[in-house]
Amino acid sequence: MSADHEPAGGERERPIRCLVAKVGLDGHDRGAHVISRAFRDAGFEVIYSGLHRAPEDIVQAAVQEDVDVVGLSILSGAHNTLIPKVIEGLAEYDALSDTLVVVGGIVPDDDAKQLKEAGVAEVFGPGTPMEETIQFIRENVADRK
Amino acid sequence: MTEGATPDLVVDLLGGDMRALARTITRIENRSGDYRDLVSALYPHTGSASVVGITGSPGAGKSTLVDELVAHYRENDETVGVIAVDPSSPYTGGAVLGDRIRMGSAVGDHGVFVRSMSARGHLGGLSTATVDAVKAFDAFGMDRVVIETVGAGQNEVDVVRTADTVVVLVQPGSGDDVQMLKAGILEIGDVFVVNKADLDGAERTAADLEEMLELRGSEERTRVGHHGAVEVGSVADDGETEDESDAWSPPVLQTVATTGDGIAGLATTLDGHRAHLERTGERESRARTRAAAEVRTLLRQDTADLVETELRRRGGIDEVAARVAERETDPYTVADELLGPLRDYLAEVND
Repeated sequence: MSADHEPAGGERERPIRCLVAKVGLDGHDRGAHVISRAFRDAGFEVIYSGLHRAPEDIVQAAVQEDVDVVGLSILSGAHNTLIPKVIEGLAEYDALSDTLVVVGGIVPDDDAKQLKEAGVAEVFGPGTPMEETIQFIRENVADRK
Repeated sequence: MTEGATPDLVVDLLGGDMRALARTITRIENRSGDYRDLVSALYPHTGSASVVGITGSPGAGKSTLVDELVAHYRENDETVGVIAVDPSSPYTGGAVLGDRIRMGSAVGDHGVFVRSMSARGHLGGLSTATVDAVKAFDAFGMDRVVIETVGAGQNEVDVVRTADTVVVLVQPGSGDDVQMLKAGILEIGDVFVVNKADLDGAERTAADLEEMLELRGSEERTRVGHHGAVEVGSVADDGETEDESDAWSPPVLQTVATTGDGIAGLATTLDGHRAHLERTGERESRARTRAAAEVRTLLRQDTADLVETELRRRGGIDEVAARVAERETDPYTVADELLGPLRDYLAEVND
C-alpha cells in the first residue's frame, strides 16, 4: 500500500497547496498572476482567488481548500486593516497554526514589522526574486499529515 | 494530529465542522495515512446526495454555469458541495486551479463548499479520489454535489461518470467541439447544454447536437438499454415501443450562464433525470455498477502494491529485468515465482 511508505508527518508526497489572494479594492493583479505561474512551475497547486476579495472570502477559501499557504497580494495600502482580519479569521477556524501566511506588495517596513507580529510569516516587497519566495515557502510550510 | 484523532475527524465532519470536512478531503486526495479508515467510517452516512457531473471543453463556461446552478440550489435552501477538477502540469505537477474565481455565489455562504482538485498525474487515481471526496460531502449532509471537470480525456470521463447525472456543456459555433463529442463524451451525457446561447450559432450547434444524439439513440436501441443497464420491460424482439417510452433521450438545452438564463430549466431537467433514474431502477443499477468498478479498482491497486512490495524485496524491477534480459530467466518464470506463494496460500485457505 502506497500509504505504508509515507513517514508520519515527514517527507511530503503531496504538492504544496497555496491560495493566492487579492484582498480589498486594489485591482492590480499582474503580480498575483506572475506569482501564481511561478508557484505552479515550482510544482505547487495554486488556487487563485480572483480580484476584490473580502478577508472573510479568503478565510473561507483557505479553510475549504485546506491550503498550506495563503499568499496575500496587496498594493492598495490597506494592508493594516485587511490582513489582520484574514489572520483573525484563520485563527477562528483554528487554521492559523498550520497555515503559512505571506504577503506580497508594497508595504512599508514599519507596517511589515507589525504584520509579522500579528502572524504574517514574511512580507515580500517589490523586486523580490521569485526563487526567494518559493524557497521561503518550501522551508517554512508546516508539516502536516 | 495522531492516529487516535481519526475518529474525531469523522465525528467532527458528521457534526458539521467545515474544517474537518476540508481535512478529510485532503487526506482522501493525498491517499495519506488513515484515509481508508476515514472513508469506511463515512460510508454508512452516504447515499442521499444528488450528484451531478458537469464536463465540457475549456472556456465553455462550466464554472460560471456551476456558479449559477449553486445559486439556484441555494435559493431553495439546499446545501451544495462542489468539486472542481483542473489538469495539472505533467512536467512539474503544479497547477493553477482557477475555477474558484468564477464561483462568486459561494462566497460568504456556509451552505456551499467548493474544493479544487488537480489531476496530479495519478492515472485513474483521480476518479477514486473524487468518488471518495463525494462521499465526504455526502456524509457531511450536502443535498447536492456538483463535480466539474474539463472533458479532455479518459481520466476526466471516469470522473464525471461517478455522478448520477452527467451534463455535457458545449459552446456555440464549436463545430470541432461537437466533433470531439463523438469520441466518447457523447455516450456519457445525460443532458446536453449549449451555453452562451446568446451568441450566433447557438441554434445551429443545438441542432447539430440533436442530430448526433438522434443517431446515438437509434444505435442504442439496437443494442441493450441505456448505459448498459437493461431497461425494465424491454423485450428483445418487439421492444421498440416499450424502450421508447422508458428510455431517457438526452435533451439539448440552451443557457446563458452569465445572466442565469435557462438555469432554472436545467435544474428542473436534472431533477427530471434523477426521477427517471429512480423510476426505472437505473439509479440503483448505476450505483451497483459504480460500486463494482470501485471494488475492482481498489483490488487492482492493492494487488499491484502488494506485488510491487514483493518485487522490491527481490531486488526491484531493475534487477529482475536485467536477469530476464541476460536470459538467466524469463518473464513468465519471474511472474510465477512472485505470485506462486500467494496462489498456493489462497488455495490452501480455500480448501
